[in-house]
Amino acid sequence: MIELEGLTKRYGTKTAVDHLSFQVRPGMITGFLGPNGAGKSTTMRMMLDLDNPTSGTVRIDGRHYRELDEPLKYIGALLDAKAMHGGRSAYNNLLCLAQSNRIPERRVGEVLDLVGLTAVARKRSKGFSLGMGQRLGIASALLGDPEILMFDEPVNGLDPEGIHWIRNLMKSLAAEGRTIFVSSHLMSEMALTADHLIVIGQGKLLADTSMADFILQNSRSFVRLRSPQQERLRDVLHGAGFTVVEAGNGTLEIDGASTEKLGELAAAHQLTLHELSPQRASLEEAFMQMTAGAVEYHAHGTDVHGGEPAASGPAWGANSGWDPAPGPEAGQSGEGV
Amino acid sequence: MTAPTPTPTPAPPYGYVSPIPVRRAHLGDALASEWTKIRSVRSTVWTLGTMVLLMLVIGLGVGAVAASEGGGMSEDSALPLGFFGMLPASICVITLGVLTISSEYGTGMIRTTLTACPSRSRVLTAKAIVFFLLVFTVTLVVAFGVATAQVAMVDAAEPTGAEWARATVGAAGFMALLGLLSMAVGALVRHSAGAITVMIGVLLLPLVAALFMFSPALKGLQEALFTYSVPSQLISLYSARPPFGDSGPAGWETLLILAGATAVGLGGAFALLNKRDV
Repeated sequence: MIELEGLTKRYGTKTAVDHLSFQVRPGMITGFLGPNGAGKSTTMRMMLDLDNPTSGTVRIDGRHYRELDEPLKYIGALLDAKAMHGGRSAYNNLLCLAQSNRIPERRVGEVLDLVGLTAVARKRSKGFSLGMGQRLGIASALLGDPEILMFDEPVNGLDPEGIHWIRNLMKSLAAEGRTIFVSSHLMSEMALTADHLIVIGQGKLLADTSMADFILQNSRSFVRLRSPQQERLRDVLHGAGFTVVEAGNGTLEIDGASTEKLGELAAAHQLTLHELSPQRASLEEAFMQMTAGAVEYHAHGTDVHGGEPAASGPAWGANSGWDPAPGPEAGQSGEGV
Repeated sequence: MTAPTPTPTPAPPYGYVSPIPVRRAHLGDALASEWTKIRSVRSTVWTLGTMVLLMLVIGLGVGAVAASEGGGMSEDSALPLGFFGMLPASICVITLGVLTISSEYGTGMIRTTLTACPSRSRVLTAKAIVFFLLVFTVTLVVAFGVATAQVAMVDAAEPTGAEWARATVGAAGFMALLGLLSMAVGALVRHSAGAITVMIGVLLLPLVAALFMFSPALKGLQEALFTYSVPSQLISLYSARPPFGDSGPAGWETLLILAGATAVGLGGAFALLNKRDV
C-alpha cells in the first residue's frame, strides 16, 4: 500500500505536482495516467525519495522510503531503462544492487532467467537494445521479490512481443497479491492492463476511479445522423422525444437511440439520410478531453464550459472525441482477467 | 464487454509475502556493493593501470638517470625521486576519483543506486571507504617497489625509517586523499568532464599562476602559491624540513593539510547529496 498525502513539488514558480493525494492498493494494477509533462515521473521520483517534495508526504506501508533499510524487498521500481551503468555487465549491475540490500547472489541469476537475459548476463549493458534494457530494469525491480512494484512507462519503445510480455508479467504479479503501480500516457494501454485508474493533468488529480467505472462512464454510445433536410429532421426528432446535439458540419448526434429506430423514424417522415451510423467514444479520446480540459481551464477561464450544455462527465467537447467505429479497438477490453 | 476488475479490494493489507528473508542491511552491505561496482567497470582498470605504469616507468627512469650521473645526492637519500612518478600518476587518481561518483550521474545509475539504498550518506561513505582503500593499497605496493629499486640503483645516503614511511605510507595516503577530494568534487559537480577539469585546475593552476607573478606587490601571494600548490606539497611530503625557504609544511604536515581540504570537500558533498534532488 502506497499513500500519498498532499504531495506537492514546485520548481521555482512552476508547480509540477499539485496537492496530490491518492492510495495505491495491493492485489491490483493501478494505472497512473497523464499526458507528457503531467508530473507522473516527478511523482514517482518523490515516491522513491529521489526528489524531495515541496510539501506533503508519501508512505510505503506506513513508512517513509528513507526509513527502509533494504527497500528493494518492499518496493521495486523501473524508472527508466537507462538507469544502469552501461560499462558494467547485466549480472554485475544487478549484483551490486543485490549486495546493497543483502539479497542472496543466486537471486541475480533467477531474475535474469525470469526476464530472459541469461544468455547476455555477462555482456556489458551498453550494447543492449531498448527492449533488453527494459528487461534488465524489470529484473532489477524484481530483485528483492518485493510486494510493491512501480513501473514508469514500461512499454515505451517496445515491440509488440515485448509489450505483450510486460502486460502478462504485470497481471501475473498482481495476481500473486502484489501492488502494481504503472504509469503511462496511453489510455489504450491502461485499459488493457489496469484495474484501477488515477489520472493527473498539470500535476493535479483528475480522476481516481476503477477502470470498470471509467469505461462505463466514458464509452457512451450514440448515433450520428446527416441529412440534407436537417431542419425538418431535427423537428421530427424533437417531436419523437430525442435529445439532439448539433455537432457541426451538418451532423446531428442522438444519445440513447438505436439506428433501427432512427432509420424507421426518418423513413416514416420521408426524410433523406446521408449518414446513419452508430458511434462510440474511444477511451483515448475521453482521456484527452479530460486532460485537455484541465489545461484549457487554466488558459481561458470558464470558456471551456460555454456553449452546449455538455453531457455529464468531465469536460466533453461538442463534436470531437468520437470514434467512428464501434469496433473492438479503442480500449474496449475484451480480456477479462 | 468484460470489466477488467478481478478483485475490488483484497482483504489482507499485505497481499504478497516473499520467500526471501528480510535481513537488515548495513554499511557492510553497501561496501560490498561499492566494491562490486568499482571492480566491474573498465575505467578502474584503465586509470589504475595507467597510474601503476607511470609510477614504474618514470620512477625507474629517473632512478636510472640519477644513477648514471652518480653522487651529488650524498646527503639525501634516493627516496624523494619517487615524486617524479607520483605527479603524473596523481592525474589518474583524480580521474578515477571523479568517475567513481560522476559516472553514476552520467549513466543514470545514481537513481537506481539511491532507490536501492535511500541512505545517501551510507552510499557516499561506502564509496569513499572502498575508493580510499583501493587507491591506498595500490599506491603503497607500487611506491614501495619503486622506492626499493631507486634506493638500490642510486648511490646516495641510506634512507632512515621515517623517510621510508613518508615515501610509501605517506605517498599512498597523499594519493588516496587527493582521489577522495576528487570524488567529493565529482559529487558536487555531478559531471565527469567538469569535475576532472576543476581538479586538474586545482592541481596545476596555482603553480602556473605563480610563475607569472612578476610584480613585487604580489611577492607574498606568489610564495604562498608556490609553497601550497599540490606539486610542491608532494615534494614537501618527502622532506623532513620545509624544502622551499624556511616556512611552509614538510613531511606529514602536507598530509594533514590535504586531509583537511578533503574533509571540507566531503562535508560539502554529504550535505549537498542529502539535500539535492537526484
